[in-house]
Amino acid sequence: MVVGTGASGSMAADGVEERKQMSALIVDDNSVIQKIHKVIMTKLGFETQVVDNGKMAVDLHTSGCSFDVILMDMEMPVMNGIEATKELRAMGVETMIVGVTACSLESEKQAFKEAGLNECFVKPLNMEEAKSLVKKLNKEDN
Amino acid sequence: KTGLPLWLLGLGVDRLRADMSRLLALLFHQGVLDEQFLQLQQLQDESCPNFVSEVVNIYFHESEKLLRNLRGLLSDREFSDYKKMGMHLNQFMGSSSSIGAKRVRNVCVAFRAASEQNNRAGCLRALELLEHEYCYLKNKLHEFFQIEQQRVLAAVVRYPIQN
Repeated sequence: MVVGTGASGSMAADGVEERKQMSALIVDDNSVIQKIHKVIMTKLGFETQVVDNGKMAVDLHTSGCSFDVILMDMEMPVMNGIEATKELRAMGVETMIVGVTACSLESEKQAFKEAGLNECFVKPLNMEEAKSLVKKLNKEDN
Repeated sequence: KTGLPLWLLGLGVDRLRADMSRLLALLFHQGVLDEQFLQLQQLQDESCPNFVSEVVNIYFHESEKLLRNLRGLLSDREFSDYKKMGMHLNQFMGSSSSIGAKRVRNVCVAFRAASEQNNRAGCLRALELLEHEYCYLKNKLHEFFQIEQQRVLAAVVRYPIQN
């Protein structure tokens, strides 16, 4: 099982660098998807936080929170995934943002990607897709 | 309380496992469930031993809310908010896909097509079909989880030291 290893660490008493646990923000208004994505990311070693819409994701970042990866749904009330992604990028958030959408139309997925996503998958994310994200994060870390 | 000796109860484990497999095979054959349900089962382990039933129960709770909302919208003869209906259907489609509820999802697709055409009569027909399919799915999944519960209990009886 691939485990998330922190992007930065601190030195423990015995001189071995401690790896910070990676964190994932799950942005989705669908409770079933929230549960599935939470379990997948937890199994991969992530600390997870879940919010119901894009505005809550933006507010978290405005208040100073940061994450290693954001799983962003496209269609949500209050603020959808496209708007939230644009806002986060405009704020200078460079976190990996992964779109997860029920929509299979290429044109809509393209609009979502153009908002600033790093990746886009059809939901729900499966374990193999999630592992590929961890690989990418670990590569960036190195 | 069953009147059966404990050792006999334990022998039911294999029979119950076979019943579960047969029921799942039937549901796959009927197109009620698809491969996504197996993906959920693969996520279940010692760290989350009731994951599948928890996710399915969330699905039931959300689905019944959505069905009430859809029924409420369509019960109004003056109804015209097809956009709202589309949003409910997108939610229903998303969660149905997520648990592998293939037939329910397919009915949602047809329902959404009718709502995009502002076709109230078509939507009413689709809603009836959706309620029927959902009911069938719910009954079958309840049956599946009941057998699973019995299997877990029977396994405890059979292997009391390990459990």
